[in-house]
Amino acid sequence: MRQRLKDGINGWAALCTMVAALLLAAGNAGEARAEYGDVVMNQSSEAAGMRPVVFPHWFHRVRYSCKVCHSDLGIKLEAGGTGIDMLKIIDGAYCGACHNGNVAWSVERCDLCHSGKPGTRTQVHQSAIQKPLAPAAASGAKK
Amino acid sequence: MAKTMLMAYAALIFALAGMPAVAQDAADPANAFNRLLDPAAQRNPPPAEDGIHDPANAGTRMLQAPLEAFGPLPKRNSGNRVDWVGAQASGKIRPRWNAADPKESAAALDLNIVREVKGSMPDVVFPHKQHTELLDCGVCHPAIFEMQKGANQMSMAAILLGQGCGACHGRVAFPVVECRLCHSRAKKAAATGAAAVGRQARR
Repeated sequence: MRQRLKDGINGWAALCTMVAALLLAAGNAGEARAEYGDVVMNQSSEAAGMRPVVFPHWFHRVRYSCKVCHSDLGIKLEAGGTGIDMLKIIDGAYCGACHNGNVAWSVERCDLCHSGKPGTRTQVHQSAIQKPLAPAAASGAKK
Repeated sequence: MAKTMLMAYAALIFALAGMPAVAQDAADPANAFNRLLDPAAQRNPPPAEDGIHDPANAGTRMLQAPLEAFGPLPKRNSGNRVDWVGAQASGKIRPRWNAADPKESAAALDLNIVREVKGSMPDVVFPHKQHTELLDCGVCHPAIFEMQKGANQMSMAAILLGQGCGACHGRVAFPVVECRLCHSRAKKAAATGAAAVGRQARR
């Protein structure tokens, strides 16, 4: 019985690894050669008539430790999990803590952030699984 | 069962090796070396050519190209192909600990956690030092890792799916192709069983 349980767990782990491998292969088949860790955010951008946002982790990690955004500013680790919108940014939350025209460009420079290819979904590029960990509905619902 | 696991990992390694599949070597692409790997000249493309930025967008042209920033930084063979921890340790980058205060620095915790792994790979050494130079405790504890010995079960499959270490490693922090950066301590001949917690002397 215990052996059977163990086999079951091993089988599950093997299956998951295979699924991950397949996802990885599928995610990499073709076009995007984005930088590792580039996050595309398109929870509400395109629905509101804007290009998706591209967030380059590499550019920001040169300047700030992870803690500044993921602890002090309360940005979740999951892509699409924070529910960021322009109102919050203008009020100085999330991106708006720096993107205020003082530390970094302000919200009037729309096209510097909203620079993604139309149709690109929310995901962390070159990640082990290229899909949002939080479903769009769950994080985009509250306004 | 071990065979299934082996097959799964083989499939994974295959997928990792085939990462960005792009056409290459104009002379004879069919018989090029490392056919499925990204040729060096096509790595770290500028925003307009990376496939996720819109080249038709005016702002795209104003964004920095990764290679411009990566030039002086130490290299690695995965992820951004930058050794980020090395870059910080050598002072090549000075990421702020406090957005408002460039002088404030992290109070790093020098505590290594050794996790004895079940498979044939070397044991995992988790260094709090490198992690606490970039993060504070609350990012990982207790949501991702409970602060109790033996309370955190993990597997490579779960990590690949984004749990535990996989919250960052495989997304932003160095990817799981760098096996030996974590699996770094040779197994003891007579394993003692439960995970050992060791405190390392300050350097």
